[in-house]
Amino acid sequence: MLPTVSLSQNDWSLHRKGPIDQARHNERVKEAIKDSLGEIVSQESIITSDGKKIVKVPIRSLELPRFRFDRGRKNHAGQGQGDSKVGDVIGQEPGGQQGQGPGKGRQAGDVPGIDYYEAEITVDELAALLFEDLGLPFLRPKGHAIVESEDVRFDEVRKTGPMSNLDKRRTIRENLMRNAKAGRAGFGGLKNDDLRFKTWERHVREESNAVVIAMRDVSGSMGEFEKYITRSFYFWMVRFLRTRYTQVQIVFITHHTEAKEVDEDTFFNLGESGGTKVSSAYQLALDIANERYPASEWNTYPFHFSDGDNWGEVDNQRCLDLVKALLDRSNAFGYGEIQEGGRRSPSTLMSAFGQIRDPHFIGVTITRKEDVYPALKQFFSTRDEAGLAAVAR
Amino acid sequence: MIAEETRDLEQGIKAIWEIAGQMGLDPYPVHFEMVPATIMYEFGAYGLPGRFSHWTHGRAYQQIKTMYDYGLSKIYELVINTNPAYAFLLENNSVLQNKVVAAHVLAHVDFFKNNLYFEHTNRSMLETVSINAERMRKYEFEHGREAVEKLLDAILSIQEHIDANPRLRKPPPEQKKSRRGDGRPVSAFDDLLHLGEEAPLPVEESRKFPAEPEKDLMLFLADHSPDLEPWQRDVLHIVRAEQHYFLPQMQTKIMNEGWASFWHATIIRELDLGEGEYIEFARMHSGVLSPSKRNVNPYYVGMKIFEDIERRWDNPTEEERKQLGRQGGEGRAKIFEVREVDNDASFLRSYLTKELVDELDLYLYRLEGDKWVIVEKDWEVVRDTILASMTNFGQPYIVVEDGDYRRGRELYLKHCHEGDDLDLDYADKTLKYIHQLWARPVHLETIVEGKKTVLSYEGQHGRASATPAGATYQ
Repeated sequence: MLPTVSLSQNDWSLHRKGPIDQARHNERVKEAIKDSLGEIVSQESIITSDGKKIVKVPIRSLELPRFRFDRGRKNHAGQGQGDSKVGDVIGQEPGGQQGQGPGKGRQAGDVPGIDYYEAEITVDELAALLFEDLGLPFLRPKGHAIVESEDVRFDEVRKTGPMSNLDKRRTIRENLMRNAKAGRAGFGGLKNDDLRFKTWERHVREESNAVVIAMRDVSGSMGEFEKYITRSFYFWMVRFLRTRYTQVQIVFITHHTEAKEVDEDTFFNLGESGGTKVSSAYQLALDIANERYPASEWNTYPFHFSDGDNWGEVDNQRCLDLVKALLDRSNAFGYGEIQEGGRRSPSTLMSAFGQIRDPHFIGVTITRKEDVYPALKQFFSTRDEAGLAAVAR
Repeated sequence: MIAEETRDLEQGIKAIWEIAGQMGLDPYPVHFEMVPATIMYEFGAYGLPGRFSHWTHGRAYQQIKTMYDYGLSKIYELVINTNPAYAFLLENNSVLQNKVVAAHVLAHVDFFKNNLYFEHTNRSMLETVSINAERMRKYEFEHGREAVEKLLDAILSIQEHIDANPRLRKPPPEQKKSRRGDGRPVSAFDDLLHLGEEAPLPVEESRKFPAEPEKDLMLFLADHSPDLEPWQRDVLHIVRAEQHYFLPQMQTKIMNEGWASFWHATIIRELDLGEGEYIEFARMHSGVLSPSKRNVNPYYVGMKIFEDIERRWDNPTEEERKQLGRQGGEGRAKIFEVREVDNDASFLRSYLTKELVDELDLYLYRLEGDKWVIVEKDWEVVRDTILASMTNFGQPYIVVEDGDYRRGRELYLKHCHEGDDLDLDYADKTLKYIHQLWARPVHLETIVEGKKTVLSYEGQHGRASATPAGATYQ
């Protein structure tokens, strides 16, 4: 007797193994991105994007390694259309052979395999990962709050609401109580009246006001690298502030020998030439702060990026005095010195700042693109006065 | 799918089954199941339905799904080598497409049943993998998802390193030999029975461990790794057993696909197709068989070779008639014989002729600068390179040379270098994973640009160095 064939069709809609493992894979991608944030945050494609864009970030660690041949130094077999000859170019790197799975299905053979995994992520997602443990340092409540941060909490119970928010425990309890009153023990005969729904409330947490005074050196001595680093640091800084606090104000100042207040767009795109007088920027910052953001009501955070090539000792001394004046009325002062490849000893400006013992002064040196992330972390670690006092003791 | 279409397909499959039988195909019973595309990608990604969870499966799933969503490739069919066999058809394929697939599947199943290399396959693998998956879930529950995942990462990185011919293994050396050497069994009272006789000196046993270089790295780790817990050894065994199931399929990819393509074409021609259907079939057939610049398309090359064999044995040349005694008209019989006794390596060695290499326009290419360039068209070199790339399934051949290296239970592996260097970056990373399983320093001897080199990983706190080429010449 011949063996048989049969055909059937079932409902597979509840079968979800693939998507579950896919989700785990995506988690690994996120972890890998987090591990290499240092390299990723300073990538050009990201800081020139508008934020909505999906950027591709290469992650190497996601490939499961195995013993394999060095494919770049090996002959491979392929097939032509009947007219191939020695010397024909059939493709260009990046590319290569597709990893072979044990499945029996047909897969496209011409899709290039990649050694690294290219993860797709939006800048917003990336920012969320990056900002997980950042906060504004030395934040103190001041004056009337116009800075607020919103929070949604499920801490109310109501009799109406969407079924998805049904509070089962309370509903059952209501039902039991009603039944008990009627002299019946146990659960049953559920009525609309028994239903209880969790509902949320918006909590507006009042916070202190903060203003960030961003200063950038646009003098001729600032090379492409310096511009790039400043830009990428401020890109993330601005993003961070705008994500976490709805009403942080930012003042942009650019300077060479003279300082001027500019708008955000100009701040990031301006490139000028000329000498450097850092004190001009600090003076303007101090003026703006005193004029518009009284210390009694505003937390002030001046940040300055420069290559440290300042014009002479005299100006350095003036800077020092101005920084001290700013520090007196600010929560923290950030100074980032950018030296490509760490080519020199600290600049005269940085040396002058070395005298400042105030812990509210945060100075960092950036020598590589990868330093941007640690610099961000250093500036935006949530420190408070109490913690500082503990350290001092 | 509409009921009417389902009936049509069912009729079609029955007709195909009958034609296949008349033509001499001899498959197991086949159960066809219509599934949506998502399920198809999933089975393709896991290799088998119901296999254990791991993120690499999730990644494969995503890749296949993306390729399908962008219309780059499509899995037409998936067939499981069990008895009875299971085959999955795409729900939204046309009836004709699924008929072609059914014919293709029947030939695969015929191949599974009759090819020598599948003789020892576990034919209830579906049950086995779901039991394995269940065990793995239990381990996740007992030891945590992370612990299992970490272990699987390490194990999957060496899953190819098993012995393809387990039946050729030597039995382990006998532990207790008769002390007198006369073959009589040893008993507890031997010393009393032979009082006064001088006991021969115990033979100095080779202290080498393992006694012979061990190809089955997975088994060696499962049996001898010093610190693994029983459940971890079990996971090693599970992955190894599943890998064994896939081996014959990897060994016969070209033949199997060639055989199935040969027969789906032959069988479909026997069906009574309308003109429109015939054009649809031709389009699908040529899509599956299109040559690839960067790979050898197993469907195309395999089918061409089978056709060529049939032709040559049907119409032998004068010389072949005289010298080899071929009668002519033996084509069919010959291809059935080949499907029974060959694997890809012997198939290509015996039947990939000069004429075929030229007709198929096969070539070798390599990376020069940043361009992939054709470097060789000589048929023998091409054939031999393809053959060489099949040695050990295209994987580096690695053996355990010493499991007690430097008398400290360090693991010394050796790459049997056959002309191609290893990817050192990957080798370093893989060594770390092996270290995770062995828990002692691990070493790998290989050859880099003609020089013997030893890569080492001694753990995070040890000398964590991959010895640079030249530092440890021996």
